Amino acid sequence: MPRPIFDQIITANALLAGDVVYFTAADTWTRDMQKAEVFSDEAIAQVRLIEAMAQANVIVGAYLMPIQHTKDGHAPTHFREEVRTKGPSNYAHGKQEQSHV
Amino acid sequence: MYKYNDFDHAFVTSRNAQFREQVNRRISGALSEDEFKPLRLMNGLYLQLHAYMLRVAIPYGTLNSAQMRQLAMIADRWDKGYGHFTTRQNIQFNWTKLQDVPDILDALAEVEMHAIQTSGNTIRNVTADHFAGAAADEIVDPRIYAELIRQWSTDHPEFQFLPRKFKVAVTGAKQDRAVIHAHDIGLQIIEQNCILGMRVIIGGGLGRTPMIGKVIREFVAMDDILPYLESVVSVWNLLGRRDNKYKARIKITIHENGIDEFSRLVDERFALIRPSFQGFDQTLLSEFSDAFIAPKFQRFDLSAFDARYQGDPNFRSWVDTNITAHKQADYAIATISLKSHGETPGDASSAQMRRIADLAETYSYDELRISHEQNIVMPHVQKAHLPDVYDALRAIGLATGNIGLISDIIACPGMDYCALATARSIPIAQNIATHFDALKLEHDIGPLKIKISGCINACGHHHVGHIGILGLDRAGIENYQIMLGGDGTETPAIGERTGPGFGADEVIPAIERLIHFYLNERLAPSETFLECYRRLGLGPFKTALYETEQSKARANAA
Repeated sequence: MPRPIFDQIITANALLAGDVVYFTAADTWTRDMQKAEVFSDEAIAQVRLIEAMAQANVIVGAYLMPIQHTKDGHAPTHFREEVRTKGPSNYAHGKQEQSHV
Repeated sequence: MYKYNDFDHAFVTSRNAQFREQVNRRISGALSEDEFKPLRLMNGLYLQLHAYMLRVAIPYGTLNSAQMRQLAMIADRWDKGYGHFTTRQNIQFNWTKLQDVPDILDALAEVEMHAIQTSGNTIRNVTADHFAGAAADEIVDPRIYAELIRQWSTDHPEFQFLPRKFKVAVTGAKQDRAVIHAHDIGLQIIEQNCILGMRVIIGGGLGRTPMIGKVIREFVAMDDILPYLESVVSVWNLLGRRDNKYKARIKITIHENGIDEFSRLVDERFALIRPSFQGFDQTLLSEFSDAFIAPKFQRFDLSAFDARYQGDPNFRSWVDTNITAHKQADYAIATISLKSHGETPGDASSAQMRRIADLAETYSYDELRISHEQNIVMPHVQKAHLPDVYDALRAIGLATGNIGLISDIIACPGMDYCALATARSIPIAQNIATHFDALKLEHDIGPLKIKISGCINACGHHHVGHIGILGLDRAGIENYQIMLGGDGTETPAIGERTGPGFGADEVIPAIERLIHFYLNERLAPSETFLECYRRLGLGPFKTALYETEQSKARANAA
């Protein structure tokens, strides 16, 4: 398979809290995007996505999301994922709230 | 207000118990997400970007103080201390956890509320004129009939798996405050030869294919209305397309088959099922009429009100803007704006909800209404009490006098919350409101409805905004299309798209160009933005909108 333009990670929503989680190399889920497993190879990413989706009692709706590498670590390439990463813009709720605690 | 009977209590209790078990089975793994999703949607539970969102029905927008206090309790105990009132007279809690939802539903049942059929392919919460029972131009309180339709449509065995969602709105007034031309069925109560009936409008809707509803029957007598509605939904249930969800709504069915053919099929169906309605609906109607009896209105000394009105310009401005004529001269309909400049349209904190509940109990016969324009209405306030109500609202930041003005914006949650959204709506609404507040222009501009949606599904009603704004994703960047001339009232119109969209930081200057053009062109301050637009047409407004050099170049390139 051709190498995708961007590296990718796997994201989903947690089954109970519904919040945004990322898949790690240890087959667990983390709230911290920086701890996500990063895929440069599309074929590996697809296999790992199948493994992630199999954890259907922990998460909902797993999918691959592209990332870019910045000086602060992995960052989303699309504003939708930025909103998921931070939380809404009208209140300091969601992930931005947790990072300030 | 309508009170649950034993049947209602038992029904809601059993549905809640069923859903509790369904949640347990999802958590244990006995149900997959594919199996669980339709079940949670039947109970108003969505999974959004950051959390589960629970949508709770506020039938025909009516709440009492105990219900409002319970919503505040839910917001504090299971959410983040606020709720979001929506364009379909629902309230949404944006931060619920799956395992808490059964307890929230039980708490709602304690005050005769639920989340049933607030999602999924069913007949949704029946909405009504938010001034029902109080408006001066009303023939009869539409909530009596909305309650009948609610009971008929709730758990209706034939209509649990419709081709798509189905929305009904009712008004009992000449002035359409319920957007009946943009609903799957819009009903206007009218009187013909001293007989009460309904004008039935079908096939309206916004979304990706906006259409103004068509009159299928000019008059259906009240004793025929339920079988007639059942015939309409029944014909669509069979004829509506299930191969393509974007073509499944009744507006497309009517567009593809023609209103005449659809009407013929409805008449056939009606002839078949009418005999099976043997009058129980009429018995229920007379019960509901008793439930919605108007308070006993009195006359009052208005000297204190008059003195405050003459002496306090802030109070006067609030009264002039947020008060609507009541059917009784010494009373007023007071609209509480949930659009304080810079705040999120439709949001109320739990503290505000509790204070509003207190005010309803003291000053408005324990009644509140939620408007589709995302404000809260106190329907029956004695004018003599308006100074006290105003002072109390001011103390909690809810005395903004902007109803019907440029900052009274409808906005959907947009990409800040919604999994379907393609762009954010809330920050655009906040910026427009604070910008024109800073310019101190909004009272000069006069009546103007701006409506913003964060995707083509049009929850923010942008097609019927005088200025409609639609947020889209253009190659990974938020882009906002502007529409002009929409109207959601009894003179309905779908707005016309002006041209290429604007980046998020270009929206405010674009709106400002439109406003300045209008202010220069209007014949008199009494000519509203919409009237001016209808007189001049799209062309001159479009020229004004794209008059910057940068925008001109883009318009030419597009």
